[in-house]
Order: sequence, then structure tokens, then C-alpha cells
Amino acid sequence: MTEKSDLPQGTLDLLILKVVALGPVHGYAIAQRLQQVSRDVVQVPQGSLYPALHRLENRGLLTADWKDTDTGREAKFYRLTRKGRAQLEMEAASWERLTAAVGLILKMSDGGVQ
Amino acid sequence: MSWWQRLWRRRQMEEHLEKELRFHLDQHVSELIAQGHNPEEARRQATLALGGPEQVKEYCRDSRGTRWLEDFSQDIRFALRMLRKNPGSAAVALLTLALGTGATTVMFTVVDGVLLKPLPYPEAHELVTVRGHTETWNTKIFGEQNVAYPDFLDCKRDSRSLEMAGTLYDGGTVSEPGPPEYVDLREISSGLFSVLRVNLAHGRAFLPEEDLPGGAPAMILGYSFWQRHFGGRPEALGMSVVLDQKRYTVIGIAPADFRLYGNEPDVYTPIGQDTAAYLQNRSAHPTGVVARLRPGATLANAQSELALIGRHLSEEYADTNGGRTFAVEPLRPEIGDVRSTLWLLMGAVSLVLLIACVNVASLLLARAVSRDRELSMRAALGASRSRLVRQCLTESAVLALSGGALGILLANIGIRPFVALWPGSLPRAQEVHLDWRVMLFTISVSLLSGLLFGLAPALRSPAHGLEQALRAGARTVSGTARRLHSAFVISEIALAVVLLVAAGMLGRTLLLLSSLDPGVNVSNVLVTRMALSPATLADPGRIRPAWQDVLTRASRLPGVQSVAIVDTFPMREGNNQIGYSISADIPPENQQPTTLATSVTPDYLKVMGIPLHRGRFFDDQDRIGNQLVVVIDDVLAKQAFGTQDPIGKHLWIPGMASPFSSGGNAPDAVLVVGVVGHVRHWGLAADDQAQVRAQLYYNFAQVPDPLLPRWSQLMSVAVRTNVAPLSLVESLRQQVRGAAGDQVLYEVRTLDQLASGTLARQRFLLLLFGIFAGLALLLACIGIYGVLAYLTGQRVPEIGVRMALGARPADVMWLVLRQSLGMIFIGVGVGVLGALAAGSLLRHSVEGMQPADPSAFAIMIPVLIFAALFASFVPARRASRVDPMTALRQE
Repeated sequence: MTEKSDLPQGTLDLLILKVVALGPVHGYAIAQRLQQVSRDVVQVPQGSLYPALHRLENRGLLTADWKDTDTGREAKFYRLTRKGRAQLEMEAASWERLTAAVGLILKMSDGGVQ
Repeated sequence: MSWWQRLWRRRQMEEHLEKELRFHLDQHVSELIAQGHNPEEARRQATLALGGPEQVKEYCRDSRGTRWLEDFSQDIRFALRMLRKNPGSAAVALLTLALGTGATTVMFTVVDGVLLKPLPYPEAHELVTVRGHTETWNTKIFGEQNVAYPDFLDCKRDSRSLEMAGTLYDGGTVSEPGPPEYVDLREISSGLFSVLRVNLAHGRAFLPEEDLPGGAPAMILGYSFWQRHFGGRPEALGMSVVLDQKRYTVIGIAPADFRLYGNEPDVYTPIGQDTAAYLQNRSAHPTGVVARLRPGATLANAQSELALIGRHLSEEYADTNGGRTFAVEPLRPEIGDVRSTLWLLMGAVSLVLLIACVNVASLLLARAVSRDRELSMRAALGASRSRLVRQCLTESAVLALSGGALGILLANIGIRPFVALWPGSLPRAQEVHLDWRVMLFTISVSLLSGLLFGLAPALRSPAHGLEQALRAGARTVSGTARRLHSAFVISEIALAVVLLVAAGMLGRTLLLLSSLDPGVNVSNVLVTRMALSPATLADPGRIRPAWQDVLTRASRLPGVQSVAIVDTFPMREGNNQIGYSISADIPPENQQPTTLATSVTPDYLKVMGIPLHRGRFFDDQDRIGNQLVVVIDDVLAKQAFGTQDPIGKHLWIPGMASPFSSGGNAPDAVLVVGVVGHVRHWGLAADDQAQVRAQLYYNFAQVPDPLLPRWSQLMSVAVRTNVAPLSLVESLRQQVRGAAGDQVLYEVRTLDQLASGTLARQRFLLLLFGIFAGLALLLACIGIYGVLAYLTGQRVPEIGVRMALGARPADVMWLVLRQSLGMIFIGVGVGVLGALAAGSLLRHSVEGMQPADPSAFAIMIPVLIFAALFASFVPARRASRVDPMTALRQE
């Protein structure tokens, strides 16, 4: 089994937004996809997935409808709202900036500032 | 979805949440089965992965944003359940709060109606008044000045910022139709009702052309007068009314409850028709001004505009208007001197409410301590600290609001009797209503007090280690709780001491004041105002004989000892303050010493029982044409002449329309012929602190003819009787009716009534402070009892151990009493400091108030200590009867 990492604070929302941006999807599928795409590195604690989804829905970043799945069962499908898309772009950009900066610092040679 | 929709569709949301989570589980399970797990194992793993479904749901609910509201309704239901579970303590708490908020609500209703509400006219904030001001005028003694009528007309014509109306206070006799009646008359400008934005009940207001000399005589009736004199019949409109011999046509009826300067006048006539000389004179200032700011104008505009007009007038009429300016001020209700009384009572009642809050707080705290287990259990099950605090606060808020609602109910019952009980008449009483403003106040006060008494129990809720609390249960009292309880008892006692001592001081003051010598013999004196026949007043030659006739006829009545007529009489019934000089070189007005001046007939001393100290009083030789003479009292003698003998000295009394000048500008010298005892003119309580105490008497017979009609309107008849004074009223009325039967008596009272009326305020305050203090004492005792019973109850095991080790019942009792004595003494100590502060406040606001003296403390504090000890005796006794074996087994 690969080593698992805890999610940094606040990243779960970003990840959920990203997954939902790909198209309407229900909660279980979100959990599955996060796990698959991250090659099992990211373990979404399922207990906190749903509160996060509800919180994002509450903030108007997501919206949801009840639709039938392929197997014919009714499930709650989440979609990104316009506000959610903007938020995703903003958060993704800031994440990029942050990781790039953190990367630079980590690559710094032991000789100190050059 | 907005938050209220989410709240509204709560059930649906719960179903959806359930369905969503079930879908997730089922998906996971079927996938695991597809991977080869057996169904049971699959379900177990899936559930494990998701976490406890109830916890997940709870987190989801938290993220909904309506959580607080859901919790709130849950808390309220829980609070109501708790109240029902402890009906006894709930009833005590509710009753305590209801009394506290009820009394506070009554007081606030009165304060609001009398002091806080705007005047009862539409857009009252736009209303202003204009006052005249002369630099040499002594405002401190004579009060603010009104405006000369010609000045008023000029201001009205020239002002762009103000819509102005004038009013003139007057009185007269209505002799037709019906029996003659003396009426309260206001002469008003035609625009008065429109300035006030008040519509008449019937008919119309005066027209501008009626507000001019020679205009058609028109009259508006006051609503009450219309009801009283005309039976409220609409035919009164168009009828003719004879007022002071002039025939007017009724053209309008003022609306019910319409008041001008706090009074409801009987009749109104147009001021412009009055051709009296003093209305043409710029140096007489009788006109009251009511004005409204025109749209867009501000008070500052009006002030600068009127100042400018004043400057022009003072240039144009330098002899009368020199140095005279006009000031514009917001129009304020006339409320006399009730302000300080009301705030005092409001303060006292707040103390009672505070005690009630402390009581309920200690009750709740005791309960909170015994609920430690429950609260710890909740905390252990995951309730956050803020959640528990919120729940406790909700409980006290529910309690407070229910108490407040009961309080409003009580206030609704109590407010009318309270207003009726007010000594004299409460100004603006008709505006005292329990309305939404009061409701709002009571609700906020209730919530605030709920916060106050709920905070201590709430904040301590999950205070210490959970497992410790769970293990120990509710058997031990932590040091903090005990200290808090003691603090409650101490503050209750301190507050009660403040109220008790204040009541004691008032009681002592009242005793002292009632024993003061008023300077007159108040028993068996009838005083009544009297209006001569209008026909007589119109003919100065007939006035003196008419008064002589009144004196002769009244003195012939059986039961009458002596009769006098007088313009102002003791106990605050009118006053005429004048400046005087002890040399012919008269200083400017605001530097002259002042005295009260009273115009009397020779028998006045006999009627009032005033002692003559030196010289003589008036006799029939003191009349017009002879030497002007005055009699002064001790105070004036000392003020004017020090230790010299005043008899034979002269005084100079300047001023307009003075009875002391035979014409020309310089006043004549008047001769002091006698010295009499001082009379407490301002009432028993107020006289010592009054600004003008000195008294001067002059003979009515020496009032010059031109002044006689004016003086005659002010005179009263005073009669000393040897029977009950009020039994003579009817025969006196008959006796002095005059030939035309239109001379009337009004405002008939006895001097005794007036004298005791001057102490009514002190008596009323004593009554209420007495009630509040009693209430405070009762509440404090209940509080002490409750706290000690609780604390002792918690100490039962300890007491058991002590007794098992050999303590006697007396030792145990002492143990408990010592605890309460400690609290009582600290409370009394703090309370004494508070009482000293309250005492100085009382001295500033109650006339004749005696300084805080040891006797008030010496009487009241033992009362409190005994009551408090009595309250602690019961729990102490119970503690002493603890059976050691039972107590130890409890452990």
C-alpha cells in the first residue's frame, strides 16, 4: 500500500471544486475519483466529504439536483455554479503560486542565499 | 435557497441528507461485493469508511448555517421542560422577576409619558418658542421672559423661518348662558391651531380678520368646557356666550385632550381683538409664543433671524427695547418639578429589579451546580462549551421573558392606580400609556436581566475537569460557586440597605418637616379665589366698595371669625417677587435685593394667625393719599436693615405698574411700620431653600386706582372660622354673589389642605421607598434563605462527619450562622457606602431633605440584620438536625 498524506487545511474544498468542474457528479463518485486520480495518495475522509459538499452548496459555489444514475437509482448530483467556477480558478491559481514558491524554497542550496 | 427556506424545509432536507448518505453506503457496499467481499463484511467496511452516520449528519447540519436557529428552538423547548420540571423554583423565580419588571415597567411608563415623549402635536420636533431677554432681567429669580405683543407682531411679520402664533393667559367670568362660571381663558392668534397642526373637533379656527381690533367677537370652546357647560351639544356652535360682559359667537370646539402648556383652557378668544393697554406696550411682556419652523428652516436659521429682528427693534424703540434680544428654543412640555422625583423613583425601582435579578441568579446558580452532572455528560457527548453556555443563556432568557410578560401584565393593572396616587396631578398624565415604546423597554430590560442573572450559571457550566465532575456528581461545592453565592447575598444585602436607609431618611425628613411651624395657624382657614362681577371690574370706581361689601357680608356669616382679602397666600399659592432698594439711589434691576410682596386687608394677620413682632399692622388710615406704608417680616428686616430697628425706615420699590409710585419715573419712599413673623410661603419643605424668602405686606387700600382692575383679578378671600371651614363654602358663595348674582368663588380650599399638600411629594416618595425597601428586604431574605439552604444542603456530609466526631447541634448552627453573618456584615458595609451616596442624591433632589444621619442607619440596619438572621436561622436549624449516620451514608 502506498503512503498516504493528510490533506493540508482548506485543500479539500479546492479538490472537490476541481472534480465537480468536470461535470455533474454525486458524492460517492467524488470520493472515488479523488482517490483514483491521486493514485490513492489522497485519502478523502468520507466523513468530512459530505459536510464539505454541504458547506460549498451553502456558499453558493455548488448546486445540486436529484437525478437517476446509470443503475437507475436516484442520487444527488453536484454541479459548479458560475461563482464556484470563479472561486476554483482563483484558488487554483493561488495554489500554483504557493506550491511554486514552496518548491523554490525547498530547492534552495545549503550555501544560503545566493 | 435562502436560510429561511432551509429552515422551513427542514424535514425535506433531513430526508435528502439521509437518502444521500444511504446512496453512498449502498454504492460502496455493492462495489466491495463486486470486489469479492461477502455482503456483511462489505457493509461493515463501508460504514467504517464513512464514519458514524449520525455524526456525519450532525456535521452536515452544522454546515447548513441555520444551525443556531434549530438549536435555539431546541433550547427553548428544553428550557420550558426544565421550568415545568421544577415548578416551585420556577414559580419563585417568575414571581420575583414579574415583581421586579412590573414595578420597573410602571415607573418607565410614567417616565416615558412625562419626560421622554415629544409634545402631543404632529411633527413636534419642528415646534419652537420665542423668548424675550433683557440683560438687566434677573432670570434666576423671575424666570424667562415672554414677548411684548407689538414685538410679537413685528417678529411674526418679518420672520421667514417661523410660522408664529401668540398666546395670552387670562381668566374671566362667563355669565351667559347657564350659571356664572369663572373660566380659564386663552387669548390666541388666529394661526395657533394651524401652527400646532391640530384640527378642531367642530367648527373652525379664528380667521386672520377676526384677530384684529374691532374684528367680529368669536370664541372657541375647550372640549371639556363644552361638555361641562353645554352638555356636549353640537348646537353650541353659533350660540352666543357672554364673557366679562362682552358677547361672543361660538365658532369652534377644540379637540378632546387638546392642551396648551399642559393645561386644557376653557375658552379661547382672538388676542388681536384685545385692546388692553398692556398689549400695546413694548415694555410689558405677556405674550407666549408658539412657532413652527417652516420647511427647510433650521433652529439656527430662526435664531439668527430673530436676533436680527430683535436688533432692529432695539434700535427703532430704544427706550423700551434697548438691550432686548429674542431667543428661539425648542418647545418643551411643561412638567414642573417632577423630573427629579421620577428619576429618583426610577433609580429605586431599578435597585429592586437588580435585587430580583441577583435572587434569580443565585437560584439558577444553585440549580446549575446540581446540574453539573448533566452538563458534564453533555460535554462528554460532544457539546461544545459555547453550545452549553448558549443553552444556559436560552434558559435564563426564557425565564426572563416570561417574567417580563407577567411584569407587563402587572404593570398594565398597576399603572392607572399609580398615576391616580401621584400627589397633586401628574403633568402630562394623559400621555402616560403602556404602549409599544414601553413594551420594547420592558423586553430589553428583561433580556438584559436574563443575561445578567444567566451569565454566572452559564459561564461556570463546563468549568472544570469533566471526569472529575462526572465522578463527584453534585455533592461538593467548588470554591468559585461558594464565592459567587456569597457575592450574590452580599450585593442583595447592600442594595437592600441602600433602599432601607433612603426610606428611613425620608421618614425622618417627613417627621421633621411636619413638625415645623408654618408661621401661620393653618387650622380653620378657608381660602378661595374670587372673581368680582365683570360689570364692577369694568368700572374702577365701583371696585373698592364691591370688595368692602364682600368683606362685610362674609364677616356677618355665622361661624366666621375674621375675613381678609389677599393676592397671594402661603403654601405656594402664587407669588409676587419684587426688587427693592434701601436708598433712593436705585441699583439696576439685576442687582436689587428681592422680596415677596403681598397685598392684604387689615384683618389678614388675625385670619392667618401671624404674630406681630414690632410696630403695627395696617388700619383704615392707610389709604390712598396718605403715607405709603408696608409691614415686613423678620427675614426682610434682617436682610434690609440688619440689627437696626426697621420701624420708621424707608424702602424704595421700583418697577412697572408698581403700587408704590404715584407717577413719574422715581418710586416714592414707603415707610416700614411693623415687623411680623416669617411665614413659610413656599411650603413646609421648600421654604428654607427658597431663593426669595423675605416678605413684605402692603395695604390693598393703597393700590392706586388704575391698577385696581388688574389687582382685583388676582384677589382671594381668606376666612378664619370657628366651625369646619368647608361647611361654610355654600353660605359664603350665596353671601357674596353680588347684586347681579355673577360673582363666583373658585379654587376653594382650606389652608390645612394646602399645607399638607406641600409635603405630598415627600409623603409619596416615603410611601414608595417604603414599599420598595420592604420588597427589597423580602427579596434579600428569600435570597439569603435560598443560598444558605443550598450551601448547607451541599455540606450535609461534612456536617455529618463533624457530628460523628462530636460536634453538638449548637456548634453546627453556629457554623452556618457564622457563614451568613460574614456575608451580612460585608453586605451592610458596602450598603452603608451606597446609602451615603444615595443620601446625598436625595438631598439634592428632595426639598427639605435632611442629611444622612446616624438614626436612619441605626434603625434600619438592625431591622435588616434581624431579618437576614431569621432567614438564615431556618437552614441552620435544619443543619443542626442532620443525622450523622444518614449523612455519612450519602457519601
